[in-house]
Amino acid sequence: MPEIALEMKNITKRFPLVVANDKVNFSVYKGEIHALVGENGAGKSTLMSILYGLYQADSGEIFINGKKANISNPNIAIHLKIGMVHQHFMLVPPLTVAENIILGMEPRKNHFFIDMEKAIKKVEELSESMGFKIDPEAKIENVSVGIQQRVEIIKVLFRGAEILIMDEPTAVLTPQEVEELFEILRSLKKQGKTIIFITHKLNEVKDLSDRVTVMRRGQVVGVKNIKDTNQEEIASMMVGRKVIFKVEKKPLNLGKVTLKVEKLEALNNKGLPAVKDISFEIKEGEILGFAGVEGNGQTELVEVITGLRPASSGKIFLNNRDITNDSPRSIREDKIAHIPEDRRRRGIISDYTVAENLILGSHYLSPFNKGLSLNFAVINNHANHLIKIFDIRPSDKDNLLKSLSGGNQQKVIVARELYGEPKLLVAAQPTRGLDVGSIEFVYQQILNERDKGKAILLISADLEEILSLADRIAVIYEGKIVNILDPKKTNEKEIGLLMTGSTKNKELLKVK
Amino acid sequence: MLGDVFNAQFIASSIRVAIPLALAGLGGVFTEKSGVVNIGLEGMILTGAFTAVAVTNFAKNPWVGVLAAILVGIFLGLIHAITCITFKANQIVSGVAINLFASGITIFFCWLLFGETQIMVKNNLPIWGLSLPNIGEASTLVRNLIVIFAHHSPLVYLTIIIFLLSHIVIYKTPFGLRLRSVGEYPQAADTMGVNIVKMRYIAVLTSGALAGLSGSFLSLEQAHFFVKEMSGGRGFIALAAMIFGKWTPFGTAGAALLFGFGEALSIRLQGVSAVPVQFINMIPYLLAIFVLISAVGRAIPPAASGVPYEKEIV
Ligand SMILES: Nc1ncnc2c1ncn2[C@@H]1O[C@H](COP(=O)(O)OP(=O)(O)O)[C@@H](O)[C@H]1O
Ligand SMILES: [Mg+2]
Repeated sequence: MPEIALEMKNITKRFPLVVANDKVNFSVYKGEIHALVGENGAGKSTLMSILYGLYQADSGEIFINGKKANISNPNIAIHLKIGMVHQHFMLVPPLTVAENIILGMEPRKNHFFIDMEKAIKKVEELSESMGFKIDPEAKIENVSVGIQQRVEIIKVLFRGAEILIMDEPTAVLTPQEVEELFEILRSLKKQGKTIIFITHKLNEVKDLSDRVTVMRRGQVVGVKNIKDTNQEEIASMMVGRKVIFKVEKKPLNLGKVTLKVEKLEALNNKGLPAVKDISFEIKEGEILGFAGVEGNGQTELVEVITGLRPASSGKIFLNNRDITNDSPRSIREDKIAHIPEDRRRRGIISDYTVAENLILGSHYLSPFNKGLSLNFAVINNHANHLIKIFDIRPSDKDNLLKSLSGGNQQKVIVARELYGEPKLLVAAQPTRGLDVGSIEFVYQQILNERDKGKAILLISADLEEILSLADRIAVIYEGKIVNILDPKKTNEKEIGLLMTGSTKNKELLKVK
Repeated sequence: MLGDVFNAQFIASSIRVAIPLALAGLGGVFTEKSGVVNIGLEGMILTGAFTAVAVTNFAKNPWVGVLAAILVGIFLGLIHAITCITFKANQIVSGVAINLFASGITIFFCWLLFGETQIMVKNNLPIWGLSLPNIGEASTLVRNLIVIFAHHSPLVYLTIIIFLLSHIVIYKTPFGLRLRSVGEYPQAADTMGVNIVKMRYIAVLTSGALAGLSGSFLSLEQAHFFVKEMSGGRGFIALAAMIFGKWTPFGTAGAALLFGFGEALSIRLQGVSAVPVQFINMIPYLLAIFVLISAVGRAIPPAASGVPYEKEIV
């Protein structure tokens, strides 16, 4: 029997609207990588926040190395050598890498001052022990998400953590970064650390972990050795039913050209060219997928098409009508729907109710608007109707959006955007951070729209998603379309190479 | 005529006029860096100004007056901290309340204790530094240098020391690192075991102390009297200096000097120019407005400034 590093017994935690953890038992062996999976809202983050002392359980006990622990704040968790990398990075953007790492546990010199040299040296040592280099004096706001995550890991190790909690660490990473992260985690395992790894992505569970605990609606539904299970079994434990992983697509039925983009150029926020000479068409009934590493102009392209960013040159036509640089409102009225990449900032207003969020963008139109005031009878009916059709949970139109899980927030956006029967749907990272059930739902909605003859522009960093949904794949690199591929005649490897700019280097294609 | 206006005396008086703005602005830097907005600086300056004169006259010692002004500033800071940090009330409303309270309470005690709205300072602070040479004893350059740098109230030198110390504290010590993190991203600081409530209390009390000190300089040193509403918007100009100075001590000091220059100019021009005095009095305020307009967009406040910290929303 392996040694037990930590054990949580009968943990219960209630929030005003839900029981987030319901008599949860969770235990982890010393030195293992233990996956914790479950749909969004299953209670994984809550359980880990309790372990880390951010929340207090209403009842239940925690044992660390066999000793009962009362973890009433993160300081105690840190003292018990528990470290947590949060789902939303806990880094202070204007501070440097080293400053973020030492915060709260600063090495000192002459008693009063921070010993920056020592801090920097320690940071370098830790990063080298995991096989990568990092600039301790770079500001967090200037480094990539992948680097930020490494900073989070070093931060935790700097505090001497033996048990490492990673809350959905791969949600924000590119495929390459994910692979690098796995290397880091494996090297930590070799150093004898215990790792708890939260994810929705079941292939990651298989690749990385030794055991898996599955949660559903606040309860643990099972614990398995990875060797003795498979993805289908874990998936059905998570959602309580069988999940179709293969996306069923009807044959392509193309109509007229809906969207035509000609030689489009646009600048990014820093005033540098971000979209360079981009031209493409999307026909009715077609999904054009844009694959690319984030930050290669996808965001700006979407913003230009939806009117949120001016085009510096080039043209955009919707059904042969020039809509370049029209206002976002007029573009919405032309029936271009937008599922934005940054859900929290652009998709919803988190302090508004479900009903209010469902009419954003058409709030000024009849029947929602009657002269000077809103028509709440209609708005409420509308909300109840959409909540039912799109299965938004909890099914109360008066909940604030911020109290919903990410998956349900996304359902609100999808419901609102599809309600107006758009001609063109622009879907940017539509399943980012969603659980299996919600992903399936979003895929189904997108395919329905396609089959109804709508044109769809899909942007995704998830290659599997692009490959299974898109009818054509445009690979974007440094603001340019490097190639447009047929998904049936390509694979992840080829796209992966194209989107990292290895086109010209034919040698590389052969070597790999 | 320009030579009459811009001489060494004028520069020295710009420095003196800048001191209250700089001290209060530095107070603003501390609170805002910790994530609390304090527009109560204005009221804290006013109360400090009154307390300094009242206590000086009773104790017959200006140093006791200065100390009392600091303590009263800390007390008002404590009120602001309790309402904003512990009770998470709206920080602007609390600041406005402090300003209204200050203007009422100072007039009230002024009447109660002295029976008038203007009280003269009976015991002045000394002048420290080199004594001014008589004309002819030293070259004009030496004399001017002494006037500008070495012939001031002790509070001027104290202010310079406070600014140097503040810079070191904010950028070189663990306390400063924690302070900056708390005002930018308190959730992150919390997960690192930083005590947010404690940091914010310390910062708000510090701002109260600095605003009280600022008030004492204003009444004891600059005016040599107290009169009702004598703070005259300096708390707000101090906040403008803080913004223009990008929430850094040295930046704030620079901006305060600029505003001090404007105010000194308006004082100096009153005798000289044909322009109506009302327009000349506008100079410091107009300067503040122009500076703020030009700073808009470039000035990035601490991200969590003005936002109460709620633990259970992650
Ligand atoms: N601070 C909070 N206040 C109220 N409800 C919360 C809070 N945090 C989480 N919840 C609710 O608890 C449930 C579990 O959430 P969470 O632990 O974040 O799930 P997971 O990490 O598995 O996606 C969800 O229904 C969520 O809405
Ligand atoms: Mg979570």
